[in-house]
Amino acid sequence: MNLYDLTIHQAHQLLKNREISSIELTKAVLERSAQVEKKVRALVTITEELALSEAEKADKRISDGDFTPLTGIPALVKDNMCTKGIRTTCSSKMLENFIPPYDATVVEKLREAGMVLMGKTNMDEFAMGSSTENSALFITHNPWGLDRVPGGSSGGSAVAVATGEALYALGSDTGGSIRQPAGFCSVVGFKPTYGRVSRYGLVAFASSLDQIGPLTKDVTDSALVMNVIASYDARDSTSVNYPVPDYTKSLVPDLHGLRLGIPREYFVEGMEKGVEEVMRTAIAKLKELGATVEEVSLPHTKYALAAYYIIAPSEAMANLARYDGVKYGFSFQETESMWDALEKTRQFGFGPEVKRRIILGTYALSAGYYDAYYLKAQKVRTLIRREFEDAFERFDAVVTPTSPTVPFKIGEKVDDPLQMYLSDVCTLPINIAGIPGLSIPAGFADGLPVGMQVIGKPFSEETLLRIGFAYEQATGWGERKPPL
Amino acid sequence: MKLSREEVVHIALLARLGLSEEELEKFRGQLSNILENFEVLQQVDTTDVPPTAYPIPLENVLRKDEASPSLAQSEILANAPREEEGCFRVKAVLE
Repeated sequence: MNLYDLTIHQAHQLLKNREISSIELTKAVLERSAQVEKKVRALVTITEELALSEAEKADKRISDGDFTPLTGIPALVKDNMCTKGIRTTCSSKMLENFIPPYDATVVEKLREAGMVLMGKTNMDEFAMGSSTENSALFITHNPWGLDRVPGGSSGGSAVAVATGEALYALGSDTGGSIRQPAGFCSVVGFKPTYGRVSRYGLVAFASSLDQIGPLTKDVTDSALVMNVIASYDARDSTSVNYPVPDYTKSLVPDLHGLRLGIPREYFVEGMEKGVEEVMRTAIAKLKELGATVEEVSLPHTKYALAAYYIIAPSEAMANLARYDGVKYGFSFQETESMWDALEKTRQFGFGPEVKRRIILGTYALSAGYYDAYYLKAQKVRTLIRREFEDAFERFDAVVTPTSPTVPFKIGEKVDDPLQMYLSDVCTLPINIAGIPGLSIPAGFADGLPVGMQVIGKPFSEETLLRIGFAYEQATGWGERKPPL
Repeated sequence: MKLSREEVVHIALLARLGLSEEELEKFRGQLSNILENFEVLQQVDTTDVPPTAYPIPLENVLRKDEASPSLAQSEILANAPREEEGCFRVKAVLE
């Protein structure tokens, strides 16, 4: 077996038993990167020197007996999380040369745990997009079909984990940006409950929706990363002070006693036949594993897309007001007027999708439209949240496809923003409700990956991991590697 | 909901976002189409439904007003496009 194909827990065993060193593992992953990057282009920055020096430190820690399950494990971080001294671009011209003076809390925690940081991953600019085609730097290709998108916005993280450019990666998820690319690349993607993981040092997109989470090769690894990043953080005022369990304790390969709901609204229009077939088979497997499965109705689902694409751009336009060309980032200088400099900084610093959302958000919040759009969307948000609350009175979790389609062709949806938005239709209601969602590989349709999404009530991460683990152990879909 | 050219110009000004003629026309068409699709929200009866701003109910989060270390001035200014005597330098605000 190639070292770069190892999971975290497999590599940890080998490191602990001194069968391999972190240096060997890190070199193998760097070589793998050099080999596949030409084809997939998942990485914005590769921190080779830093990685090797961190690997050396990790080996020292291991020989001193002072280590964690993540010590010496090569990892990547999405390029919207601050890394001290390492360029953090958000895949935007606006931040192309921005070097953060501090680490995001999640990065700090992973570094303490002994992470070997390999670099930063490509994404849709400011995390706005569903295909990573909105990166202002370059596009990323899906390893399962190089003419297809990897999903987004954490497309670089998903591709890197699928191809062995890291053993795990961090992503962020505002409307599906961890789960949808995880589904498209056949890896495990976890969006925890809103407030479970600190967002300090995450470049803000839509503050009431954003959440950080892991992309991993299997569910056990997801639990291992969650054990480190889940925490209360006084530096994030939306961080929730709620006990953090040992997530690996929930990894039980049995679903007896669990009640699962299948919402019929997620199995309708626009869903591909191949995805539906994979989901029917997956649901049958969940029953075989002991779960009780019943249909449930979530009738407000059809309003989620509109509510989301009013709320998210409204919050985004406020968050992006800080890019004024004065404090950091791109700055247009060739003018004498302050207002002109401000407008041109934003005109040349932001890409088309970011501009689209700034206009949409500004419109929804402007005088005369606030009640009809923003306030209305927030009320619909309440109804969607309540509907999930009611469902979780009867069910331990709800199961849906992660995306209604398999990965689509590069270029297919770039000129039709509404079609692009629809690829998040199964994932964004979960951010609206602030609840956790786990995407796990569920099979393939015509050789392309299909993800299954498991959703639960706030702070039910353990239940979701248990379901994901049981399904994964019974099927092993995630063990297939892309043909590169 | 068809957006007029003037509306897009007005919104871009509110957001201090410069747009080329081509962008203006393209966004006008795309956003009109998007907003038309969002009309679906008006079908929902939201009488007596309170708005949700944050999904998890949190009270006002306050901390003690205590001094703690912060970043050095040089670190803060390291990314500044223009600086002068320890300050961010901006274009003339008053003309």
